[in-house]
Amino acid sequence: MSQLLHLGTSFVPSSSTALRRNPTSSPAIHISGNKRTTIQAKIREIFMPALSSTMTEGKIVSWVKSEGDKLSKGESVVVVESDKADMDVETFYDGYLAAIMVEEGGVAAVGSAIALLAETEDEIAEARSKANTSPSSSSPSPAAAAAPEKAVGAPEKAAPVKAAATVTVAKMASSAHPASEGGKRIVASPYAKKLAKELNVDLGNVIGSGPMGRIVAKDVEAAAAAGVSVAAEDPKPSPSSAPVKVPASTGIELGTVVPFTTMQGAVSRNMVDSLTVPTFRVGYTISTDALDALYKKIKSKGVTMTALLAKATALALVKHPVVNSSCRDGKSFTYNSSINIAVAVAIDGGLITPVLQDADKVDIYSLSRKWKELVDKARAKQLQPHEYNTGTFTLSNLGMFGVDRFDAILPPGTGAIMAVGASEPTVVATKDGRIGMKNQMQVNVTADHRVIYGADLASFLQTLAKIIEDPKDLTF
Amino acid sequence: MSSLSLRISSSVAANARSESDHRLRLLSSSSPTVATSPALHFCGLRTEALKLGAKSNRWKVVSAAVAPQDGSASDEFDYDLVIIGAGVGGHGAALHAVEKGWKTAIIEGDVVGGTCVNRGCVPSKALLAVSGRMRELQDEHHMKAFGLQVAAAGYDRQGVADHANNLASKIRSNLTNSLKGLGVDILEGVGTILGPQKVKYGKVGSSGNVITAKDIIIATGSVPFVPKGVEVDGKTVITSDQALKLEFVPDWIAIVGSGYIGLEFSDVYTALGSEVTFVEALDQLMPGFDPEIGKLAQRVLINPRKIDYYTGVFASKITPAKDGKPVMIDLIDAKTKEPKDTLEVDAALIATGRAPFTKGLGLENIRVETQCGFVPVDEHMQVIDADGKLVPHLYCIGDANGKMMLAHAASAQGISVVEQISGKDNVLNHLSIPAACFTHPEISMVGLTEPQAREKAEKEGFEVSVAKTSFKANTKALAENEGEGLAKLIYRRDNGEILGVHIFGLHAADLIHEASNAIALGTCIQDIKFAVHAHPTLSEVLDELFKSAKVGRTGSLGPEMKSSPILHWLKSTSLVQVWHLLLSKFST
Repeated sequence: MSQLLHLGTSFVPSSSTALRRNPTSSPAIHISGNKRTTIQAKIREIFMPALSSTMTEGKIVSWVKSEGDKLSKGESVVVVESDKADMDVETFYDGYLAAIMVEEGGVAAVGSAIALLAETEDEIAEARSKANTSPSSSSPSPAAAAAPEKAVGAPEKAAPVKAAATVTVAKMASSAHPASEGGKRIVASPYAKKLAKELNVDLGNVIGSGPMGRIVAKDVEAAAAAGVSVAAEDPKPSPSSAPVKVPASTGIELGTVVPFTTMQGAVSRNMVDSLTVPTFRVGYTISTDALDALYKKIKSKGVTMTALLAKATALALVKHPVVNSSCRDGKSFTYNSSINIAVAVAIDGGLITPVLQDADKVDIYSLSRKWKELVDKARAKQLQPHEYNTGTFTLSNLGMFGVDRFDAILPPGTGAIMAVGASEPTVVATKDGRIGMKNQMQVNVTADHRVIYGADLASFLQTLAKIIEDPKDLTF
Repeated sequence: MSSLSLRISSSVAANARSESDHRLRLLSSSSPTVATSPALHFCGLRTEALKLGAKSNRWKVVSAAVAPQDGSASDEFDYDLVIIGAGVGGHGAALHAVEKGWKTAIIEGDVVGGTCVNRGCVPSKALLAVSGRMRELQDEHHMKAFGLQVAAAGYDRQGVADHANNLASKIRSNLTNSLKGLGVDILEGVGTILGPQKVKYGKVGSSGNVITAKDIIIATGSVPFVPKGVEVDGKTVITSDQALKLEFVPDWIAIVGSGYIGLEFSDVYTALGSEVTFVEALDQLMPGFDPEIGKLAQRVLINPRKIDYYTGVFASKITPAKDGKPVMIDLIDAKTKEPKDTLEVDAALIATGRAPFTKGLGLENIRVETQCGFVPVDEHMQVIDADGKLVPHLYCIGDANGKMMLAHAASAQGISVVEQISGKDNVLNHLSIPAACFTHPEISMVGLTEPQAREKAEKEGFEVSVAKTSFKANTKALAENEGEGLAKLIYRRDNGEILGVHIFGLHAADLIHEASNAIALGTCIQDIKFAVHAHPTLSEVLDELFKSAKVGRTGSLGPEMKSSPILHWLKSTSLVQVWHLLLSKFST
């Protein structure tokens, strides 16, 4: 039953069929390792590997090597028991097993350190002192924070929230268990206990609804859900935020590690690349009464708000070519010959930016038809590369969700992106000293400051506001 | 059918060793050419087939020879053989006695079929058949993997209970008819031994009828063992007797004991929606199983299900539910006897094993003292009296002697006794008797566990090797989406003797017989590995297992083999190819 696993950077198996994540595309681990090496030369942390896609924690069955032993790559170091099987785990690195941080029989969360590996004998002592000072790695919460799977998203992020739940639920629970001799003992069914452990719910604070006051599975689920919704309450209480049902009603298996799709991989790469560009943001509030009126008038002709915004933006860009420029190498920049407005569209499993080419030249009706065609293609995942990667300026609109303002990340290779919020009726003071009602929307442009400066954006936004507030040019 | 196959194997078993020795010699003398000369192997297999054929012919001759005596007991006795207890053991013995042409009677104080048919293996298989299907239908992931869509699966408790009950009745009537059809007298009442070769039967308290018999077999079986402190009310605190009637499905049931019975019931109850708490006195669940198998079984059968457990604790006191209070179970530490916990559950199933049913047998009349209720016997199942002497013409088989408390073991013992009485020295090899636990997936085993084998090896000075194969590599198992499983072979490295085989996986109970037959017949790995298995079948799990075993001196692997697993793999695959090539040549 015991299978041999080869390890990548630290102790990430690379040849396991059970493991879907390819360790070479696991940047978080590399980062973690790199960080370590910059601070503490050549002492590597050995992580609890994820031996199967459903594994969240592993138990150390036995250490094949003991502290101080020399390891050569390919050797078994530790036997780990996962939810599926016992597996020998080997290392790809030569070195010395400096310190064992989780003893045999101990349990550690996937991704948390279980031992330290020193490259030379001299570093063993150093590694040991380090092991002693670092927090107990068998406790999952600090480990989870450093876990490489952090990037996976919702399922993992839920963990700290659930931890918080344990605390908050306490307030609402009474300690009376009719079945437990006046609250002396906790009576919970086997499944309730299992769930409580999984969902990190303290049974002592759960009110049982089962026979004779026993805690049953649904009580634990309810407590976990209540905990989550209480924890989620502090940012903004909202009537629509119904108690989050923890056992995934959305069909998402919580606690699972999900590999990136190709699209997610691409987005991830782009987002990381964007960090190399120095950006800044400028916001502007624009009245949309005139635009709304125009939209109402020509909506029946198939004109969409997106097309109107793209058109307005394109016309403003004509007057500010620098905002439509792009800098690729950090030494020069290009004034793009055409104004191609990319518009971010959320599609199932990701995000894509269909491009309205020559938006300044094409008339609004053709632009609207083109837009509809692009969206249909995007949904069907049939966009051709030139239809999504030739944008020179990007629009991202979350107004339809009621978002009033947000800020966007600049896609690499373009000069600026504009985040468009919802147009909402707003009470405003007019210049003649009266108070009136206007529809206003906030836009926020993120730009590459290597080529586009504050004044450039400011004047661009002023032009844009003028166009939108007096939109007659949009229809020629 | 099962008794028939057993009979053949036991008749062959007597000569099996010399045969296999002969064959071994044949093979070893020409071993240098073995790999390149398959003809020899085919000869070997063919001669074996011929030998078996000859054997069964011989057998027919024997039965024909004794046939004329049929039904005529010697004048001295009413019967040639009287069997007390019409369970599976008594039934097997009776059938075999009739084949010998003996006048046979069987005394039954309760219902024909005994525990197995009425309150044990048979109805539990009906419940497990239901639980297996429920489990499958409820497993969304499993169904999805097949592309199947099933609306919420549900069950009708009475319907399930009826299925178990109907099966028991059907098997009971089959058993009764087979006895009657063969001319075995079924005598109703409780049998009591009055003295040598003399038995009384009838209702308890009545004077009864006294009969004499040349030989007597005690086959009274066992009843569920209930530890002291446990109050069984038959409703909320129950034994397997009541559980099999499935009168209610509790939300939460504690199962005391995690052996075969407990494990099977946990499978049934959790499939029907109950939550289960195991109470096990030993330090680990599933004691008695090979530790590795037990560990795997726990991962599959316990951990992912709605089951929790307490190990190393005794249930010192169990009180049934009454007056609105739940079933109370007091747990004490198995070693220190200190109170540990109290459980409050909806029901408790006592599955702590079985106790022999030997009271009222009149053993005192022939100076036999039971040991913890078990009737002491020698290797021929002949009863031993208080002075350590054999009691002539008195045998005891099955659960009542406690050697191996399995229905088919009782039957095999009964057949062995009949053989012994008919003058053929016959000692049953208990290590060749398979056992199975019908969970989903099933567990089965024959022979020694790995620790037992290692202990034996230490004493006798040989080297034990272990080979394992996974169901994950089996086409049929994967087709069924049931790749979870392991087969484990424990064998002697020097001569290829099979010491034990343990299987956890789909249809493990049906797969074990290739191994148990091999042990019974003394077939070694180097012979059985050439037997052909239909493809794709689960039986290939064992095929792989035997093929993966390495027989011969330690370190016989060349250094280049050790250093290069790829080379090894290449060699094995090319060997397999050569073998297939030759096979196809010979089959055409």
